[in-house]
Amino acid sequence: MKGRRGDAATAGLNFDVVVVGAGHAGCEAALAAARMGQRVALVTLSVEKIALMPCNPAVGGVGKGQLTREVDALGGEQGRNTDRSFIQIKMLNTSKGPAVRALRAQADKRLYEDWMRHTIFRTPGLEVVQGEVASLDVSRETVRGLRLVDGRRLGARAVVLATGTFLRAKVVIGDRSYPAGRVGELPADHLSTSLRAVGLELGRFQSATPPRIDGRTIDPARMVPQPGEEGGLRFSHWQEPAARTQVPCYLTYTTPDTHDVVASHLHLSPLKSGSIGGRGPRYCPSIDRKIINFPDRTRHPVFVEPEGARTFEMYLQGLTTSLPVFVQEAIIRATPGLENARLVRPGYAVEYDYIIPQQLKLSLEYKHMQGLFSAGQINGTSGYEEAAAQGLMAGINAALSARGEPPVVLTRDQAYIGVLIDDLVTKGVDEPYRMFTSRAEYRLILRHDNADERLSAMGHALGLISDAQLEQVQRKQTLIEEGSLALASAQVRPSQASDEALESLGTAPLTETQSAAQLLRRPQLLFDDVVRLLDATARDRLGGLPSDVAEQLAIRAQYDGYIERQMAEIRRHKATEGTLIPRGLDFHSLEGLTVEAKDKLARLQPETLGQASRIAGVSPADVSVLMIHLHRRQADS
Amino acid sequence: MAVGDTIVALSTAAGAGAIGIVRMSGPEAVAIAAGVFRPVDGSDLAGSESHRVRYGHVLDPSNGRAVDEALVLLMRAPATYTREDVVEVHCHGGSAAQRAVLRLLIAQGARPAEPGEFTKRAFLAGRIDLAQAESVAGLVRARSASALRAAMRQLEGGLSDRIRDLRSRMIQVLARLEVGIDFSDEDVDEVDRPQASAQLQEIERDLRGLLETALLGRALEQGVRTAIVGRPNVGKSSLLNALLMRERAIVSEVPGTTRDTVEELAEIAGIPLHLVDTAGLRSSHDHLERLGIERSRRAVEQADLVLAVIDLSEGVTSADEELLAGLPGGRVILVGNKCDLAPVSARARAGARAPGDLLGSPCAVSALTGEGLDLLRDAIQNAVVGDGGLHLEEPLLATERQRLLAEEAVRGLESARRVLDAGLADELVCEDVRSSIQALGSITGEDLMPDLLDEIFHRFCIGK
Ligand SMILES: Cc1cc2nc3c(=O)[nH]c(=O)nc-3n(C[C@H](O)[C@H](O)[C@H](O)COP(=O)(O)OP(=O)(O)OC[C@H]3O[C@@H](n4cnc5c(N)ncnc54)[C@H](O)[C@@H]3O)c2cc1C
Ligand SMILES: Nc1nc2c(ncn2[C@@H]2O[C@H](COP(=O)(O)OP(=O)(O)OP(=O)(O)O)[C@@H](O)[C@H]2O)c(=O)[nH]1
Ligand SMILES: [Mg+2]
Repeated sequence: MKGRRGDAATAGLNFDVVVVGAGHAGCEAALAAARMGQRVALVTLSVEKIALMPCNPAVGGVGKGQLTREVDALGGEQGRNTDRSFIQIKMLNTSKGPAVRALRAQADKRLYEDWMRHTIFRTPGLEVVQGEVASLDVSRETVRGLRLVDGRRLGARAVVLATGTFLRAKVVIGDRSYPAGRVGELPADHLSTSLRAVGLELGRFQSATPPRIDGRTIDPARMVPQPGEEGGLRFSHWQEPAARTQVPCYLTYTTPDTHDVVASHLHLSPLKSGSIGGRGPRYCPSIDRKIINFPDRTRHPVFVEPEGARTFEMYLQGLTTSLPVFVQEAIIRATPGLENARLVRPGYAVEYDYIIPQQLKLSLEYKHMQGLFSAGQINGTSGYEEAAAQGLMAGINAALSARGEPPVVLTRDQAYIGVLIDDLVTKGVDEPYRMFTSRAEYRLILRHDNADERLSAMGHALGLISDAQLEQVQRKQTLIEEGSLALASAQVRPSQASDEALESLGTAPLTETQSAAQLLRRPQLLFDDVVRLLDATARDRLGGLPSDVAEQLAIRAQYDGYIERQMAEIRRHKATEGTLIPRGLDFHSLEGLTVEAKDKLARLQPETLGQASRIAGVSPADVSVLMIHLHRRQADS
Repeated sequence: MAVGDTIVALSTAAGAGAIGIVRMSGPEAVAIAAGVFRPVDGSDLAGSESHRVRYGHVLDPSNGRAVDEALVLLMRAPATYTREDVVEVHCHGGSAAQRAVLRLLIAQGARPAEPGEFTKRAFLAGRIDLAQAESVAGLVRARSASALRAAMRQLEGGLSDRIRDLRSRMIQVLARLEVGIDFSDEDVDEVDRPQASAQLQEIERDLRGLLETALLGRALEQGVRTAIVGRPNVGKSSLLNALLMRERAIVSEVPGTTRDTVEELAEIAGIPLHLVDTAGLRSSHDHLERLGIERSRRAVEQADLVLAVIDLSEGVTSADEELLAGLPGGRVILVGNKCDLAPVSARARAGARAPGDLLGSPCAVSALTGEGLDLLRDAIQNAVVGDGGLHLEEPLLATERQRLLAEEAVRGLESARRVLDAGLADELVCEDVRSSIQALGSITGEDLMPDLLDEIFHRFCIGK
């Protein structure tokens, strides 16, 4: 392709949106923009490696699963793609309340990639381009397109960077270290240099992955099988569950022998030798780190997880390490059930540049570069779900920007996606960011089970959710409202029958007449138990409700009071959250702000008063002062 | 911009006796007041006409006991300062009764106002001219700065350490619960609920203890903190005695008499003042004196109001000028003492050399003869509650706010234990513990999330 530079102006190479990187962020971004009617190019280093899972072969988990459900409710792909390719699925936290339940699925990695590639190629308006992006084309703080290493130039009205761990990346195993985006892949050094050249600030993080072994060489008898859950669990709201065969994972534990192996080779650990820099995620410690930090623990769990139905490779969750390969082998063999295991791919660590995310607006567009967006691990996060969530939003907003329309932003009270992005761009990161439910202040409202109710109207307005899908959600909502009224009005009088029924379910008999809604608050009673206590008319109205509606009614009853409290909290913050701060406001000229607040505000340029209030160093008094000034400006104009 | 909720605050009233006002503004103001106030004529307050004063009793609805006699002024929107319904409760029983009334109103659903929030609401409602926005902003800043100073004083003496300690113990319990939620798919044990409940109970007990001892004891120290500063021998201690009308501090003609700060409560025109006499400021080689001077500087930092004393018989010396230049702007009254020794012309000269950033004009007084003290009292009153003054409308609130926040934390812990003991879900326990932590965090100015994650990763070996 050399010498094609002259073709730069060719219409065929001009796009509305160009997405760089076909990882989990890039795929969502490209699909969303194309589905919104844009002409999209998805540029990636290798078409073989679309939606590759370089780490854990799993989607979901507590906090992350909520993100995937939200992506699905907005018309994204991750949920559906997982449903088509999982080899095990289960609901987590079933012993806790609904707000913290979440799905986790074990994907067949290969199938996951194949389905995503299939969807991408079949999406109209979306072109896949293999190549390495070398630099951005910018003029007057606006992105115009980009150049590939082979000389091609792609014109674009908006660009989404989703290059994951590839920027100036370096792989480390033991004392060996060499430039690579992932093991066996080239790093993206040119792009990193180009980003610095246009003024972006970059930081350095690291991440690591455990070794993979040959599944035929393990001894399942010495481990605890961890089966999936039957019953049609699925991530996607939108399609009937197709039958899938599930396979078990296995749980084993390290022993003092394993720890001895690690301890006696710690001097070879990149942690100690200093051959790796950058901060790594604390929630994903290597086995070296666990043994250094928790010397008293006599065992650590190791989950042995199949990587797919057509491979024998298994993933050793819990044994992340970048110790030299011979030590990795010794560690594995010292672990029960893995005594004869054969190492297929060694674990390794990768060190890479990320972009300091406070340079982004809430739309994921750069504050100082119009039309440039970024999403995924490049923004300092880790995980497929975090990547997909940002990719979807960046793709949507790149499409809107290409059309000259204002962006959409999810708030902290609407979605985990809103929490994720607000945290990133407002507070920044000091380790790779992962979602936890504890990060969401409105956790009881942002549930796995109501993502559709929260977000599908927005997805529909954007053209990512069909009329039929929206109607499905609206029907459910209507039934919930009706059911909720019926529950409040249906009365149960104390009687011998009700006494006996309640006592047999392990709860106290009634002392006075109560509504069905009140009874449902008792933790011992399920929805159906309460329905059985009702008179015939009420039983008819409530008994026939679909199970997802009954579930919502039970949740409302269970969280009664707490949900109202959170709603009141949200209302209380509406005024601040909804007050926009005009771009380019000269904070230094505002009377009454502290010097520290002025500096922080001027540097971060928050978009709303709510965002300003979450900046460290900006006090409630500063927020009040700012509110007064904004009010005055508004009235002046 | 609808703000929505109903706020309440104490305000310091100048004038007659010890009447304190509790002021409430917002849509629920009338209903909340009606819930605790019984007019003597037996009618319902809620039915009362606007802008009328009613006489009656404030009752605690939980036990029906009378808390105080009071006058209640009810003003309906929009003809009020904030354009919201406003209710003022004028208490008779002094500041303790005032605080009791405040707490009752909060228990009935009012929210403690932020510093300067009444003025902010008035502004947002358009009651204050837009051209004044700048000064409103300055005022909100001044109020919160004074609240902050008061809060810092309150938190001295190990109190903040104790609050931090309680908060971090709560975070330990929360971390245990959150690990069970966010990392349940890893090898973590189930939460030991009886143990968690016992831990929360212990924290609750300690927090209550703190409320009863430290916070209550300190409540006596409330008042407008007023530091008397100046060079040695200008008559600071004499002025303190004169304002107190008794011989509290030692007075002598030897410069450097006062070595340590002397603190005393006084009331001037109904305003509670917390007077602090300080060691004279000068460069000294005496170790003890230097320590005293250091304390004087801290007293200035923490003061809401500073009385800077000069000796009129000597005029404004260069040492005075240096000293005045080092004082914080906007909260200093210049007092020229020993006017009995100085000709009138000296007073004028001193006034002319006074720096610009003073509250009102300088006062000439004699601590010895009592001349000019009334003018000084007026100047203090004006500085505290006057138009161009310090805006210390809510100096009591800073400390009262801490109390209320600590009480909120206690309620959160109680509720958390109830939820735990009733066998309800962990995430609900977390909600309550979180609200307690957040309440204490508002006192110490700390953010939950980083501390929680530190605790989780420090104590639990998680991560795959
Ligand atoms: C070694 C390792 C360890 C990990 N450990 C963890 C972990 O502990 N926990 C966890 O949650 N997640 C972990 N992950 C992270 C998880 O895999 C990522 O978070 C997720 O894949 C990020 O998605 P992404 O879309 O941002 O980027 P990626 O999936 O990395 O995709 C980047 C894409 O960009 C393309 N690309 C890069 N540069 C260019 C260029 N210049 N031109 C064109 N295309 C380009 C690449 O070809 C690739 O397709 C790890 C990943 C690795 C590699
Ligand atoms: N004539 C006259 N003498 C005064 C007046 N006020 C104070 N004095 C005298 O000034 C001397 C110093 O008074 P103090 O009150 O001890 O002065 P001080 O500023 O507290 O001094 P140090 O504590 O040493 O810093 C004493 O002899 C007082 O009697 C006044 O108004 N008129
Ligand atoms: Mg003295």
